[in-house]
Amino acid sequence: MAWPCLQAQGSGNAVLSLAPSARLTIHRGDTAEFTLKAELQPGFHVNSNMPGDDYLIPIKLTWNKDPLEAEQVTYPKPQMEKLSFSTNPISVYTGAFEIGTRFKAPPTAMPGMAFMNGKLRYQACNNKECLPPRTVDVRVTLDVQ
Amino acid sequence: MSKIIPVIGVGAALACSLLWTGCSDIGGMKPAPKARQEQKPAGPFSLNAAVGQATPAFSLKDANGQLVRPVDYKGKVVLLDFWATWCGPCKIEIPWFMEFERQFKDQGFAVVGVSMDEDGWNVIKPYVQNMKMNYRILLGNDDVSTAYGGLDSLPTTLLIDRDGKIASVHVGVSMGKEEFKNAIVQLLNAPRERASVASGNGLALLASPGVR
Repeated sequence: MAWPCLQAQGSGNAVLSLAPSARLTIHRGDTAEFTLKAELQPGFHVNSNMPGDDYLIPIKLTWNKDPLEAEQVTYPKPQMEKLSFSTNPISVYTGAFEIGTRFKAPPTAMPGMAFMNGKLRYQACNNKECLPPRTVDVRVTLDVQ
Repeated sequence: MSKIIPVIGVGAALACSLLWTGCSDIGGMKPAPKARQEQKPAGPFSLNAAVGQATPAFSLKDANGQLVRPVDYKGKVVLLDFWATWCGPCKIEIPWFMEFERQFKDQGFAVVGVSMDEDGWNVIKPYVQNMKMNYRILLGNDDVSTAYGGLDSLPTTLLIDRDGKIASVHVGVSMGKEEFKNAIVQLLNAPRERASVASGNGLALLASPGVR
């Protein structure tokens, strides 16, 4: 289920919301940093990008290959939470967190307004229940100069 | 968000049992037909209004590729658990359900787990092996999710009586092991109204041979 730029999870029961992104200005041949801001409802967590258990679904931000190149995606430092269902602490995000992306504009990029599209996949739980994994669309408005 | 939908009264259960049986059985006391079809509710199924309804039909494969339907368990009390390998809270209940399977299977009880893992048996089988799960696991799909009202949260557990009616619905880990056990015992000891009142043939309600 995908919300138009940017809200996520659940059928009419969103537990993860994404802040609308500001326009990203980038010069051809240069790089620029983009920050995706997310916030979870209290009591819920999502698995980090490296949850430390093969069965858990990691959060993952991916981008299309153009018009920019996503050089690096940087996830925040996770919290290690001991939850009622886990024998060992698991690596999660709670509350507000940010995922960074460093974009690079090819020297041949067309100047002007463009969009960079991506997807955020995650799976949220609280102590008593889990919501199905979700993949939501992420879109950044670009000003390529 | 966890909720418990309590068992409704005997009158409503009887009414549902009669619906399940069909009116012709009531008047004529006809023997139960050999093969019964699951009853499809008139409107969209909602877990919030599921108690007393017939278990929605599905046809899902187990790990051996055998097709399994709710009607295969008619005559048994069934704990139907929708779960997934990525669901941490589901992991709390699995050992309880394994114990219930061991303790009550000879009394006409079965646990059936429906995994909602998108990655299928490749992830389910190792998990089942690792957890030493002793009850039947089926691979769920979008159709069964829709049939059961969307399954917005896991675990979602239904207790189903011997007549194939939903006795209670538990979304999330909403009650403890002892409460589950008490609810199962209550259903196992409940009078079998269809057997005694409607069809007059208790044996017709027993599960088919070969059903776990």
